[in-house]
Amino acid sequence: MRNRRKKWLSAMMLVLAFALVLAGCGGGGGNAGSGGSPASGSGGGSSNESAGGAETSGDSGDAGEGEIKVGILHSLSGTMAISEVSVKDAELLAIEEINAQGGVLGKKIVPIIEDGASDWPTFAEKARKLISEDKVATVFGGWTSASRKAMLPVFEELNGLLWYPVQYEGLEASPNIFYTGATTNQQIVPSVTWLLKNRGKKFFLLGSDYVFPRTANKIIKAQLQAEGGEVVGEEYTPLGHTDYSTIISKIKQANPDVVYNTLNGDSNVAFFKQLKDAGITAQDLTTLSVSIAEEEIRGIGADVLEGHLAAWNYYQTTDTPENKAFVEAYKAKYGEDRVTADPIEAGYIAVYLWAAAVEKAGTTDVDAVREAAKGIEWNAPEGKVTVDGDNQHIYKTVRIGEVQADGMFKELWATDGPVKPDPYLAGYEWAAGLAEE
Amino acid sequence: MEVMLLQLFNGISVSSILLLIALGLAVTFGLMNVINMAHGEMIMIGAYAAFVTQNIFRAALPGEMFDWYFALAVPVSFLVCFLFGLLLESSLIRFLYGRPLDSLLATWGVGLALQQAARSIFGAPNVAVTSPGWLNGGWTVMEGVVLPYKRLFIIALVAVVLLLMYVYIYRTAEGRRMRAVMQNRDMAACLGISTRRVDALTFAVGSGIAGIAGCALTLIGPIGPSIGTYYIVDAFMVVVLGGVGKLIGTVLGALGIGMANTLFEFWTTASLGKVLVFLAVVLFLQWKPRGIIAVRTRSLDS
Repeated sequence: MRNRRKKWLSAMMLVLAFALVLAGCGGGGGNAGSGGSPASGSGGGSSNESAGGAETSGDSGDAGEGEIKVGILHSLSGTMAISEVSVKDAELLAIEEINAQGGVLGKKIVPIIEDGASDWPTFAEKARKLISEDKVATVFGGWTSASRKAMLPVFEELNGLLWYPVQYEGLEASPNIFYTGATTNQQIVPSVTWLLKNRGKKFFLLGSDYVFPRTANKIIKAQLQAEGGEVVGEEYTPLGHTDYSTIISKIKQANPDVVYNTLNGDSNVAFFKQLKDAGITAQDLTTLSVSIAEEEIRGIGADVLEGHLAAWNYYQTTDTPENKAFVEAYKAKYGEDRVTADPIEAGYIAVYLWAAAVEKAGTTDVDAVREAAKGIEWNAPEGKVTVDGDNQHIYKTVRIGEVQADGMFKELWATDGPVKPDPYLAGYEWAAGLAEE
Repeated sequence: MEVMLLQLFNGISVSSILLLIALGLAVTFGLMNVINMAHGEMIMIGAYAAFVTQNIFRAALPGEMFDWYFALAVPVSFLVCFLFGLLLESSLIRFLYGRPLDSLLATWGVGLALQQAARSIFGAPNVAVTSPGWLNGGWTVMEGVVLPYKRLFIIALVAVVLLLMYVYIYRTAEGRRMRAVMQNRDMAACLGISTRRVDALTFAVGSGIAGIAGCALTLIGPIGPSIGTYYIVDAFMVVVLGGVGKLIGTVLGALGIGMANTLFEFWTTASLGKVLVFLAVVLFLQWKPRGIIAVRTRSLDS
């Protein structure tokens, strides 16, 4: 009897453990600047310490006659495919457009597409393969911070070049990476200032429980303290959390002016649906999200999100002639029902900036391209962007938008011009000490 | 005061959702002992069935009919998952009875395949299901206490499903056969019951109920290829805690976990609350390995 009981118990435990693993696999779904699981960080990069060699840089990419090979490395399967497939599409669109205009240095760009499979060590392995075996001139890829951190040591070791297209938590500047998404001072910091000025002082911070929201909220708290705001609540929910009734009770109790939302992926759907059911609308409570763009709105339903705010650098409705052409080309290629969004546009920018740098350098050599990229300007769909020579981020305009009934954003506010990237927040007194931790 | 009332309601609401997602599993896992890791994907199929029903209504019927699509979506989700369960049972599960580890791995594989299939058919991003107008808003009990109609609806739906299951299992000939096979397969077969047929039907019913859960979850949660993974852990936890083999155990398990979850989350944080609930469940199972309601049958002992 005892024995049987034990067997039964261990079978139950096995089921529970298995289910947990499964939940862990599934939970990463989502979005912008995601840190992903803590275990994935740097360990992934070093798993594959084989030959490879650093001498690949030289004439890399010039393999075929009249062709330049570039790598595209996004998750095309797994939970992150939700977001990354569209970025890949935008990058392919840019390559196609450049090729139609005669390519770079008179050569055609040939994309080599690899699948990172939402798995951070896979990103590192595929990056190594693209640089060492395919000898690509550069790689466009990544989404989660965890995937970037996994790839970083590979690119530094082999002296490759990575263009990373997503807003992220800052505090990084690798010489082998160009960051075309926003860093914190181009999204979070200005949006907090705007909210303090226009919506109120009492903030409730709500985020998914992992690196990006926790880092972002640390910055927000320091900023609120310096600029006269007040944190009335701070809550984190596990990735994939689906019941927000208790959190909503806590929000009601704390009675904030603003909910600053760094939730990730599917949790956003549950949160906003249940917020609406609880009878709280955008008129009663301001929420500002940093990972809800046009694509996510389609999956949540515009009726649920109408009136809520987001902070980005680009919206499909951004009014520039370049954007008109971009949206038209994107829809023509991938279908009328597709939408463009901030990370999609950042991927598109990355290809054009690289091409411009190669033209200027006259070669695809990594060191020469990096040197040439400094100060390059381009009229992107979001407006003029400039590569910052020091930290290899780009100057971007910050925009706060309000969700409309049709699922598009209406711009409420924008900075006067592109904001200089400052990944370590060196220009902010209150941020001293944040970078060291 | 208002907050306590609201939290009490939230606890009941979370319990009802847990019960809904666990009921199907209580049949496939609880009654049949199949460790069905694809249960979450059955929920997903139910959710997509609701999505497709919505789209058909939107495209084919006049606008004023749209609000009633949900009344149809519930039976449609049940039916789609019922048929899917039938197919799954006859093509795979029936070869794996009595081999828990194999069925665990095989159904997990099926789950992954279904997720990827959903991704290929509907695309990787989430889809939106517009909830019908009559479920929007809430019942204001007093100042500051609003009970959303959707959650009240889910509680009612669970009650109805539970009642139907009770009638089916304990009051019909089909249900009696199901219990007979569960308690002693050989004896039931000797008495002329087609155990094959009963197995297939039972599994299909369990899957169908998962479909209803998926349909109801479109009201409050995301609808995407991977939603099943969010609910499967809770579903197993409810069934294991409740005790395998009895419906009332599943009900108590859901209530216990739902209430504890809401309270712990309110007192601490969402992450810590979840940890505390897990800890409580593990401790409870140390004390009572068979869960709240223990059934003694020969099939479970063997």
